[in-house]
Amino acid sequence: MSQTLTEDKVSIKTWSGQSIPRKEDGRLVKGQGRFADDIRRHHEAHVYLLRSPYGHARIRAVDVSAAEAAPGVIATLTGAEVHFLQKPFMQIAPLPGGYIEDYCLAVDKVRFMGEPVVAVLAETAEAARDAADLVEVDYEPLPALITGEDALKDDGPVLHGKVGSNVVWHGLYDWGSIDEAKRKADKIVKIDRLHFHRFTSTPIECNAAVVEYYPGSEEYTIWCNNTMPQFAAMFMGPALGIPTDRMHFITQDIGGSFGNKITNYVYIAICAILAKKSGRPVRWTEYRTDHILGGSHGNERTFLDIEVPVKNDGTILGIDARAIDDCGAYPRYEPLGSVIWSQVVPGAYQFRNVRVDYTQVVTNKCPVGPNRGYSRLQHLWMLERVIDIVAHELNLDAVAIRKQNYIQPEQMPYETPNGCVYDSGDYPRCLDLALDLIHYDHWRQRQRELSGTGKLIGIGIGSTLDSGTNNFGQARIINHDLPFSGNGEVSNVKLDLYGEVVVTIGTTPQGQGHETTAAQVVADLLGLHPDQVRVLIGHDNGRNVYTGFSGTYASQFAVTGLGAVRGAALKLKNEIELLAAGIFGAAPDAIELVDGTARVKGKAEMAIPFIGLANIVFANNATIPDGLDVSLNCTYTYRPSFKIPDVERKFGNLTLTYATQIHACVIEVDEATGETKILEYGAADDSGTLIHPQIVEGQVHGAAGLGIGAALYEALEYDAEGQMISPNFYAYKAVTAVDVPMIKTAAIESPSPFSPNGAKGMGEGGGAPLHAICSALQDVMYQRTRAIVSDSYNPAERVYRLLRQSETANRGVHVIENRA
Amino acid sequence: MTEPAKSKTIRVTVDGIEYTRDVEARTLLVRFIREALNHTGTHFGCDTGHCGSCSVIVDGKVVKSCMVLAVQADGADIETVEGLANPDGSLHPIQQAFSQYHALQCGFCTPGVLMAAKYLLETNPHPNEEEIRRGIKGNLCRCTGYVNIVRAIQSLANEEEVRV
Repeated sequence: MSQTLTEDKVSIKTWSGQSIPRKEDGRLVKGQGRFADDIRRHHEAHVYLLRSPYGHARIRAVDVSAAEAAPGVIATLTGAEVHFLQKPFMQIAPLPGGYIEDYCLAVDKVRFMGEPVVAVLAETAEAARDAADLVEVDYEPLPALITGEDALKDDGPVLHGKVGSNVVWHGLYDWGSIDEAKRKADKIVKIDRLHFHRFTSTPIECNAAVVEYYPGSEEYTIWCNNTMPQFAAMFMGPALGIPTDRMHFITQDIGGSFGNKITNYVYIAICAILAKKSGRPVRWTEYRTDHILGGSHGNERTFLDIEVPVKNDGTILGIDARAIDDCGAYPRYEPLGSVIWSQVVPGAYQFRNVRVDYTQVVTNKCPVGPNRGYSRLQHLWMLERVIDIVAHELNLDAVAIRKQNYIQPEQMPYETPNGCVYDSGDYPRCLDLALDLIHYDHWRQRQRELSGTGKLIGIGIGSTLDSGTNNFGQARIINHDLPFSGNGEVSNVKLDLYGEVVVTIGTTPQGQGHETTAAQVVADLLGLHPDQVRVLIGHDNGRNVYTGFSGTYASQFAVTGLGAVRGAALKLKNEIELLAAGIFGAAPDAIELVDGTARVKGKAEMAIPFIGLANIVFANNATIPDGLDVSLNCTYTYRPSFKIPDVERKFGNLTLTYATQIHACVIEVDEATGETKILEYGAADDSGTLIHPQIVEGQVHGAAGLGIGAALYEALEYDAEGQMISPNFYAYKAVTAVDVPMIKTAAIESPSPFSPNGAKGMGEGGGAPLHAICSALQDVMYQRTRAIVSDSYNPAERVYRLLRQSETANRGVHVIENRA
Repeated sequence: MTEPAKSKTIRVTVDGIEYTRDVEARTLLVRFIREALNHTGTHFGCDTGHCGSCSVIVDGKVVKSCMVLAVQADGADIETVEGLANPDGSLHPIQQAFSQYHALQCGFCTPGVLMAAKYLLETNPHPNEEEIRRGIKGNLCRCTGYVNIVRAIQSLANEEEVRV
């Protein structure tokens, strides 16, 4: 190949911005991925966890003698032992919520169905499971607490006695002046109650870990699928008395997480205790039923007494509401969700007056954890419900009221009432794109034509923001004493002995294509083809490339991860230029990197390939040009520019970027059965500058798929005694290929002025399908009974009931004329 | 009365290689493949036969290997994802299409979806969208919303002659 051709190839394009084939695919389509349950260790033993059949019960006695005598059993572990071996995990909540004691196995009491009570370690997984049948646990069942509203009643059970109530955290958020807004309003729309239901993303790979303890160095090696390993280390270290440097976390391929695997450190702690106790490598993989019972659920939230001051023209002045968030039996990552929602206080809208009285409570249900769209989707759903209800009650057009109240592109960057800065975006344009995708005008026309024929068509919109790159300083709004702030990710880019380009990142990708996009960024900076860049799989703190924030969660890789990769690659580029300049006696800025070679611009004969540079530094260093200090091994930590929020006013910039997702859909409801069929589904996305458009579109599809599932099919429900009635895929109807339509997408790119590459974190999608489908169902109801869609979960039976709600029934909505 | 046998010696061919192993009668085929043979390409995602990540082709029919006992597969010819690529390592057209259309993200369900897609195209070389969706209904994917999986299979279904 001639030099000119190579130059042309490099000069005409950058790899960033192109949908190149993913590097990960080669192994994954061949079944050569390495997931946590694929790890095999010599002499390994297997854990089975015996779990509580009760939602709430006192443990009177546990007898493991028969289990310990069973064939193949190596050891057992009970809550009584754990009480001595473990200190309670750190609590994020301040006192009294911080008094909650959380252990890896239940001590004294079980607080949710599926809580692990006894661990059995045996030679085989089957032997461990068999032996668990021989464990005798004497329970004294207690009344169970199932709803957030009940948790606040004075006469109900209290889950954690020392706290004195079921409240984990309470705070009043109050920005602008909602009282003044109510005085100025023409009308006040009151909505009694909106309920956002409990569901979860349930990745197809369950939680899993293999833990090995080496007494020689007192080090634990932890192969697992935790997606925020250093956060896990911060919880496990003090609880188990292990210095964090003795916990060697290794993640490789991870079979989905959606946030759900952040809190599996509780289970890894069980494995760590057993590994030390038994001296054996300990292998644990969750069963699906156990995952649904005891993995990680999404937050359930109830909004009460919502008041919306509005002008007659549809201008929304503010929102006043109470929120009760139900975090299940133990907070774990919570109550961070109690502030994370405030990244998107006004959603896409301009109103400036907001008061939310927010309480998080414990109940006898599985602990929640971050779940795609975490804590913002509940709030965004409430806002979108408000917009539709206001529009219909005031007889205004649902599109017009949105466009009128949206923050406009010329207002960007836009500071929200609580000090968050929306970086860029064009919401009206995204809405137009979404409406085009679903042939909005056609369907509005059809809807009118079909009126009275028994065919029920609904059109809905879901406007959302995908806030990305958290400022962890927001944790201080929850607990003023927490020493957290900022964010960051680390990358190392180096040449290896023969000039191989190797990239390491602290992240834990689960399908987001980090190996591919990181290679694109490095290839552009070092003049390579992405195939010439190797990106190591997963997180490994043995590689010494991580911060306390490292991981893959909360829509941030394109900013933090690629920001770190870019910084490290620039450092390496600089070193390569210095070295080549020294070799050829040229100025560093006269050096260019082309096709794995450093050369003096315009002088083809003055060139040295990367292998030559690596040789000089790693094996031939008497030839290093005098005075040069280069390692060709460059680490960079990307830190977004954040300040600590004002904790008293609950004010400050909580996230760096705001991707936009506006969805629209057309549904048909079967009047006889209440079944909803999606006829059209469109998603318009603005994630700033795109590094790999196909991957971004794939994230849009995925978030839409899960959201459609949650809106129509997926709910984690408990009966009054705390029995979960959907603990497996028989009852938890995970959305299938026949349940989702061909999701149409459109994208615009509004570069972020705040990120190093113009990109925005994305992937969570803000729960847009829940908003859009509820909006479409509301559109249907207003053609009939005018029932209010007040729940985020609308299976056929609920829609059926709404269609038959009496027109004189209390709809839970009142419009008050303001005569003041 | 004689006790029922608790274990048995079985002979199976997996991806062209014949294995003879003693297995416990209760061992599920998926666990046999993963644990006894250490072929970890076939995945285990649920206890209940819903997720399909363990799908393999047994004697020409796609089955969920968590719903079959290993002893039931005695004498069977089993194809898994690990045997899909050509012997030189180049990809099977289905694997190629999945990569090209970004029909996989985390890749955990992918081994099962690929086998279901292979069976679908073998039994119905030109499926329409609805037939494709029905053909992979038994495979749960939480990453893709199924959009690109359907597109990848459609790209093969539209070919004049599907090489499977």
